[in-house]
Amino acid sequence: MKGSVANPMASTSNSARPGQSTSRIITSLLAIIPLLASLAALVWGFFFLRDIQLANDSNIPQAITVLMAIVWGVGGVILLFTTANFFIEQLSDNWVRRLQPVLFVGPAVLMLVWALVLPTIRTLFLSFYDEASINFVWFENFKFVFTNDAMLVVFRNNLMWMFFGTIFTSSAGLLIAVLADRSKFESFAKALIFMPMAISFVGAGVIWNFVYSVKPVNEPQIGLLNSVVVFFGGQPQAWTAFFQPWNNFFLILIVIWLQTGYAMVLFSAAIKGVSSEILEAARVDGATELQVFFRIMIPQIMGTIITVSTTVVIFTLKIFDVVIVMTGGQYGTSVIATEFYRQYFTYNNNGVGSAIAIVLLVAVTPVMAYNLRRFAQREVF
Amino acid sequence: MKTNKMINSFIINGVLAVICLCWTVPTIGLLISSFRDRIDINRTGWWTIFPHKDWVSVEKIKPGPEVDRNQPMTFEGITATFEELSKGIETNNLRIKWIGNRRVGYLDVQKYSWTAATNFSFENYKQVLAGADYTATLADGTTVTERGDNMSRAFLNSLAVAIPATVIPISLAAFAAYGFAWMKFPARKMLFALVVALLVVPLQIALVPILRDYVKLDLNGTFLAVWLAHTGFGLPLATYLLFNYMSELPRDILEAAFVDGASHFTIFTRLILPLSVPALASFAIFQFLWVWNDYLVALIFIGASPTNQLLTQRLAEIVGSRGQDWHLLTAGAFITMLLPLAVFFGLQRFFVRGLLAGSVKG
Repeated sequence: MKGSVANPMASTSNSARPGQSTSRIITSLLAIIPLLASLAALVWGFFFLRDIQLANDSNIPQAITVLMAIVWGVGGVILLFTTANFFIEQLSDNWVRRLQPVLFVGPAVLMLVWALVLPTIRTLFLSFYDEASINFVWFENFKFVFTNDAMLVVFRNNLMWMFFGTIFTSSAGLLIAVLADRSKFESFAKALIFMPMAISFVGAGVIWNFVYSVKPVNEPQIGLLNSVVVFFGGQPQAWTAFFQPWNNFFLILIVIWLQTGYAMVLFSAAIKGVSSEILEAARVDGATELQVFFRIMIPQIMGTIITVSTTVVIFTLKIFDVVIVMTGGQYGTSVIATEFYRQYFTYNNNGVGSAIAIVLLVAVTPVMAYNLRRFAQREVF
Repeated sequence: MKTNKMINSFIINGVLAVICLCWTVPTIGLLISSFRDRIDINRTGWWTIFPHKDWVSVEKIKPGPEVDRNQPMTFEGITATFEELSKGIETNNLRIKWIGNRRVGYLDVQKYSWTAATNFSFENYKQVLAGADYTATLADGTTVTERGDNMSRAFLNSLAVAIPATVIPISLAAFAAYGFAWMKFPARKMLFALVVALLVVPLQIALVPILRDYVKLDLNGTFLAVWLAHTGFGLPLATYLLFNYMSELPRDILEAAFVDGASHFTIFTRLILPLSVPALASFAIFQFLWVWNDYLVALIFIGASPTNQLLTQRLAEIVGSRGQDWHLLTAGAFITMLLPLAVFFGLQRFFVRGLLAGSVKG
C-alpha cells in the first residue's frame, strides 16, 4: 500500500469525460502561473538582496535587509514547494505519480549532489594538479602531504587529538553519568555539564584564553590557571604557546570541556537501560561496586561506548575552530583542518589543500562503510 | 549500614559538585569579567569581586611641585626615594605607595583590610555593540575614543543567516524524508544510500569547489551563499533523522487518509508534519546552534566583507587583533553566547532528545 496510492485530488470528476480534455489542458496551463510568478518574484528578490548586500554603501538599514532576507529565504522555500505542487496536482494521474516524488525528493537530492557529491569529485581532481590547478602532477601533492616535516607534526597532533580527546571525553562523560545517576541533583548537574555544548568554539576559545592568560611574573595574574600555579609557588606559563608539545593538551582540554556533555547524555540514557535486576543479583552474590561496573555495566553499554567514541573521533579529526582561535595553528599546534585552510587560503596552493581534504575523506571512509552496511541490513526498504 | 549509605551519597555528591564547579567556573569568570571596569580586568583577577583582604586606599596625597622627586622625600613621617615609594613602604598597618610616574603621580596611603572589587557596569557591552566611534571614560577621568566593534550589526547578520539556514534544510529534508518513507519511485533505495554515505563526509572537501561556483555567480559574501552551503552540509543528517522518525509513524493513519482521497501534499502538510514536530524541533535546535556557532563556513563564504560579517567572525577578529583587550573579548564572547544559551536552557528537553536520536554532526 505504501506510496502506491493514486492521487485522487488530481482525478477530479472532469478528467473522466474525454470531451472536457481541452479545458483540462487549459487549467493545467493556467496552474503554472503561480509557480512562474513566484519564481519571478524570487529571482527579483535574489538580485535585489545580492546587490544591496554586496554594495557596501547601501543606505538601507541593516535591520530591514536582514528582515527581507529572512522573509525571502524562508518564504521562498515554502512558496516554491506549494506552487509547484499546485501545478503538478492539476495534471493527469500519471503525471502526478511521476512528478510528485520528484518534487518531494528532487530538491534535497539536487542540493546533496551540488554541495557534496560533485565537490568531492572536483576536489579529487584538483588534488592531482599543481597549486594553480593547471598541470597534472600525479601523486606529487600526496607525496608532499605524507613526507613534509610540518605535515608530520600536523598528523602527530591530530592523532593526539583523536586519542586523548576521545579517551578523556568518553571517560569523563561516563564518570559523570554514573555519579549523576546516583545523585539527587541529577538534572541540575547534567544541565551544567552540557551547557558548554551551546557555546561556539570561538566563544569557548575566548573563555579558555582568559583562563590561560598570562601576565609578567611581577604582576598579579588575571588568568585562573596561572594564578592557581602562582598561589602554589609555581612560575606563570604561556600554556598554549611556548609550552611545547604540551600546549596541545591545553587545547584538547577545551574540546573535552565542550563535548563531555554529549558523552554524558548518551551514557546516562544507556545506564538507565541496564536492567537493575542483574545489577542487584550481582551485588547479592557479593560483587563489589567496581566489579559490577566493569564486569556488568561496561559490557552492557558497549554499543553506546562505540557510538560515542566514533562520534568524538570524527569530530576531533575535523577540529578547526578551536585551534585557529587559540593559536592560529602556530607553536606546533596545527592540525589537518587548519593546515588545509592555510594551504588553500594563505598559500593559495589548491593541489596540496585538496590532497589534505582527500586525506580527511579517506580517514572517515571506514565509518561511512559501517553506516552503509548497517543501512543495507535494515528492512524498511 | 545506614551511615555507610550516607557517606557514600556524601562522596558521590561531593565529587559531582567539584566536577560541576570546574565545568562552570570558566564561563562564570567570563560573565563576571564582562561587567568589570576595563582597567580592573587587566589588573586583578575576576575573583577579587569576592570579599578578600587586600591593600585598600584610604587617602591620596598629591605632592606639590616644590617636592624634589629625585631626592628622598618625606611623607607621613617616612623618608624614602621615589624607587622605594613605587614599590610601596609598609609601616604599622599602613602602606604608602607612589602611583603613576615621577612627575604627575600621587601617593596612595593604603590599609590592609577586607574589600571587594565591585565596580560593575555595561560599558564593555556598549562598546562592542556600538557601530561608530565609542568614547569611554576611564577611572581617572580621562576619555578615550575607540572604534566600536559593531556587534549589534553582526548579531542581526547572524540572525539573517541562522534562521533561513535552519528552515531551508529542514523543509527540504522533511519533504525528502516523506518521499523516501511513503512514495514509490525508481532508485529510491540507491538515493537513500547516498544520503547515508554522505553523513560523515567532511565539509572541508566541499568548500573550495562551492567557493568557485559562488565566485562565478557573484554570490560570495551574501547570506544566500551561506544558507545554501549550510543547507547542503546539514541535509544528510536532517534527511536521515527525519526519515527514521517518519517511517515509524503508524501506517494505518496514512492509509485512512489516502482512502479519504487526500493527496500526498495534503497528507504531508496536514498529517505528517504536525506528527513530526518533536523530531523537527530537535533537529531545528541543533541546526540553529550549529549555524549560529559556525565559524569556518562563514569565514570562507562571507569572508572579510565588514558589513555582512557574523558574530563569530567579529569575535574571532577581536581575538586576532586585540587579544589582550579583555573588556571587549569577555563582553563580545558573552553576546555571541546569549541566544544559544537561551535556546538551550529553554528547550533542553528537545536538545537531549535530539542528542539521543543522533543529532550530532560527526
